[in-house]
Amino acid sequence: MKALGVLWRIAVALVLAAALGACASIPPGAGSNPADPWEVYNRHMFDVNDRVDRAVTKPIARAYEAVLPRDVRVCVNNVFLNLLEPVNAINNLLQGKPGEAMSDVSRLFWNSTVGLAGCFDVAAVAGAPRSNEDFGQTLGRWGLAPGPYFVLPLLGPSSVRDTFGRLFDFLGTDPIWYISEIPLRNSLVGVRLVDMRASLLPAEKVLEAAALDKYQFVRDAYLQLRRNLVYDGNPPRLKDPDEEDADEPPAQTRPTEAKPADQPPAAPAR
Amino acid sequence: MSYRALVTTIAAAALIGCGLAHGQAAQAQGTAAASMSAPDALVKSLSEDVLGSIRKDPSLQSGDIARLNALVDEKILPHVNFEKMTRLAVGRGWRDASAEQRQALTREFRSLLVRTYAGAVSTAKDYQVRMQPFRADAGETDVTVRTQAVPARGEPIQLDYRLEKTSAGWKIYDVNVLGVWLVENYRNTFAGEISRGGIDGLIKSLVDRNKALESKSS
Repeated sequence: MKALGVLWRIAVALVLAAALGACASIPPGAGSNPADPWEVYNRHMFDVNDRVDRAVTKPIARAYEAVLPRDVRVCVNNVFLNLLEPVNAINNLLQGKPGEAMSDVSRLFWNSTVGLAGCFDVAAVAGAPRSNEDFGQTLGRWGLAPGPYFVLPLLGPSSVRDTFGRLFDFLGTDPIWYISEIPLRNSLVGVRLVDMRASLLPAEKVLEAAALDKYQFVRDAYLQLRRNLVYDGNPPRLKDPDEEDADEPPAQTRPTEAKPADQPPAAPAR
Repeated sequence: MSYRALVTTIAAAALIGCGLAHGQAAQAQGTAAASMSAPDALVKSLSEDVLGSIRKDPSLQSGDIARLNALVDEKILPHVNFEKMTRLAVGRGWRDASAEQRQALTREFRSLLVRTYAGAVSTAKDYQVRMQPFRADAGETDVTVRTQAVPARGEPIQLDYRLEKTSAGWKIYDVNVLGVWLVENYRNTFAGEISRGGIDGLIKSLVDRNKALESKSS
């Protein structure tokens, strides 16, 4: 697809332009949070990504949302998530959860057939909820801490661990990259990107309002979210480091299970 | 996969306000009675009641701040410990804050959260609350109640609440959307503001932000 190639070149040009013109404001003490030693770089890249988003990705996502009815967009979203079921299955297996892996495989089967190529999540209706697994989570499950927070060019929030995980997903388990017809593959990757971005539009308004410092808000949310995913929605409770609560019993701690080693991101910032 | 991680991250950040409002939304048929009931029952009735109010009130759906504040005051406030929420988010700095500063912090933080929720409330009406299994020992005074917000179509959203038992019943003091706890997500930001401008600097940031949101919405 020629159009996509052109789009890609425009995107690259914009990244460069944005990078040159970028002037993210760096607060004093940046980098003193142990979870984010590369804060100065990260803030710049966050700023660049934000500019590219506003110039390219977001307008396309808006148009996509305006043109297609909601049901069609949900269908498209389901189709792409269905394609990721092998990723879920492989990672559930790697994390020692064969039951979940089996469920992912049967979801792939039923949704691809009865669910019309994944358009309808019939398996969820039948009581098999979708997993959300990737290799970054598997590494976390194996005990690898996330390491420094790391904002990737164009792709956004990540950590050192999750960047490796993403690379593995990209090279190994994400079926979309196995499509041998390159134009088709690239089109699908493009549509998937737009689909993803469009699904963020409603949430974005809230983020803009809630965050005193958008960079920090997204970072801390990312770190919490990934920790939650590593523990499949039930992480052991962190101690509130600054809590001055003499009249209270000590915070309840759940029995620590298998024990993935995630660092609490909540260390006092500076 | 990478895309999904990004999507969910930002969605989580964004939906925090939404979760809070549900969480704050602790309300029930009789306030006193509900406060004394089990924490999971409280969360259930509160969520359903607030969602019900939103569904039948178009002005709430359009994000009318005055109406939303009234809803928060009437239904949610009795079941939320905003002061504890603020204290935990402020962290170490709370110790050094005067009574007036503490009041101002609590007031402005609450206002920010309500305004944030105003931006999400129009989507809230499409969700149903599904309770997750809850177990707590009889003597427990600090519990986590787990729920899911289930849309008509699409993925359910994890929505959890922390409650503590007080003499006035169970009170919500933290909310979690997709694994992102509200208090923790503000802690670093607040600490940074305090280290730069002290408690008054943080209060000023909150006031400024609320003013900016106010002028945007009017």
